Amino acid sequence: MLKRRIIPCLDVKEGRVVKGIEFVQLRDIGDPVEIAKYYDDSGADELVFLDITASTERRQTMLDVVSAVARKVFIPLTVGGGIRSLEDISSLLKAGADKVSLNTLAVESPNLIREAADRFGSQCIVVAIDVKFEEGDYYVYTYGGKERTNRLAVDWAKEVTELGAGELLVTSMNQDGKQNGYDLGILRRLREVVDIPIIASGGAGNAEHVVEALETVDAALLASILHDRKTTVEEVKHVCSEHNLPMRFVMTTPD
Amino acid sequence: MKVAVIDYGMGNVFNVERALQAIGCQVVITKDPAAIESADAILLPGVGAFPQAMQSLEVTGLIPLLKRMAKEKPFLGICLGMQLLFESSTEGMPTEGLGLIKGTVERMHAKRLPHVGWNSILRDEDVYFVHSYKAVTSDALIVASAEYMGEQVPAIVQSGHVTGMQFHPEKSGKFGLSLLQEWKEAVEREITTGH
Repeated sequence: MLKRRIIPCLDVKEGRVVKGIEFVQLRDIGDPVEIAKYYDDSGADELVFLDITASTERRQTMLDVVSAVARKVFIPLTVGGGIRSLEDISSLLKAGADKVSLNTLAVESPNLIREAADRFGSQCIVVAIDVKFEEGDYYVYTYGGKERTNRLAVDWAKEVTELGAGELLVTSMNQDGKQNGYDLGILRRLREVVDIPIIASGGAGNAEHVVEALETVDAALLASILHDRKTTVEEVKHVCSEHNLPMRFVMTTPD
Repeated sequence: MKVAVIDYGMGNVFNVERALQAIGCQVVITKDPAAIESADAILLPGVGAFPQAMQSLEVTGLIPLLKRMAKEKPFLGICLGMQLLFESSTEGMPTEGLGLIKGTVERMHAKRLPHVGWNSILRDEDVYFVHSYKAVTSDALIVASAEYMGEQVPAIVQSGHVTGMQFHPEKSGKFGLSLLQEWKEAVEREITTGH
């Protein structure tokens, strides 16, 4: 049976893992390879790295991080943040990423989704949608939540699916960093309109919140509650499992 | 042990290389016939669509060599690389495959495709799948299957020297690496016994 996925999200700035609270404040968390190994050992099903550096040297730094992690950790790695071209995608995949997450670029040049899916395959194209509920509907934001677009999340999700996106990573800006639960409203609406996997992001404060999200969608992205050691991937999975959600548990085969 | 990973432009070969290196294989990513002939085993990777993959393989001119190698040495196909081992596929326009394993490749019936994520095989261990087409072959050749939305999906197939893995062992955590390790040990046994 196909499992629901728990995906730790690591924000990377200048080669270190940090966590943005509501996209603004940062504090240092640590070394990407060590953290990736820690999460792999505790049962993470995938890892997402978001590059949040705004410098020009960023690209090489991120490639080094990805390559270092890919040599030690053999689960799917997704990289997002600041991707501007097919060449950027190609370099990240060569460095060891399995998927890339497109956000601002996708909104500004939707055709790039199709070109990227044609060239690299839909399986490696994740479209990240930052949504904010205001004026009675969910709107898509770009530039790390700084700029509002006139696109509605539901329409955009349908459009990117048709363009060849392989998965959607949906972050609720209303909930992000607040730890009082995912935005189930948008997750349910998107689940009704698209068939590709949906990853919920933004707002998890405890394992019960993850259960709520995974009753609707395929995967949950977790950051603060894991980085702060408020809970562990294993613990979250056990709670999900108690609620009859199919989870993958890492077994240690005796030598 | 030296593994030749066939380089024909379909998908990311670097993560396969990293995983093989992690279990102690020497890896050469190549389309050079001499390098392929001198390797102990052949690995055919692949991500993408079947017709384009066969076309890309044809461009390399390696198909006759690969067919011969499959009779002589351990030969592992991963993901689309496994599907190419079969006689034909219905993906896009019906296309002939390498014909190293009896059977065909057909679109899955499940309502939600692709079949993407961790699914269990063998002793309830999970591996990472990403695909929409599956092998249709005789039960005798299927070593392990997964179940997705009520549909049986061949996960590991084997016929003589030729092994196919529908999932990505190089992305299936420690269990995935242990499957590659088992394959490596089988190859090494072959080398020692000389056939």
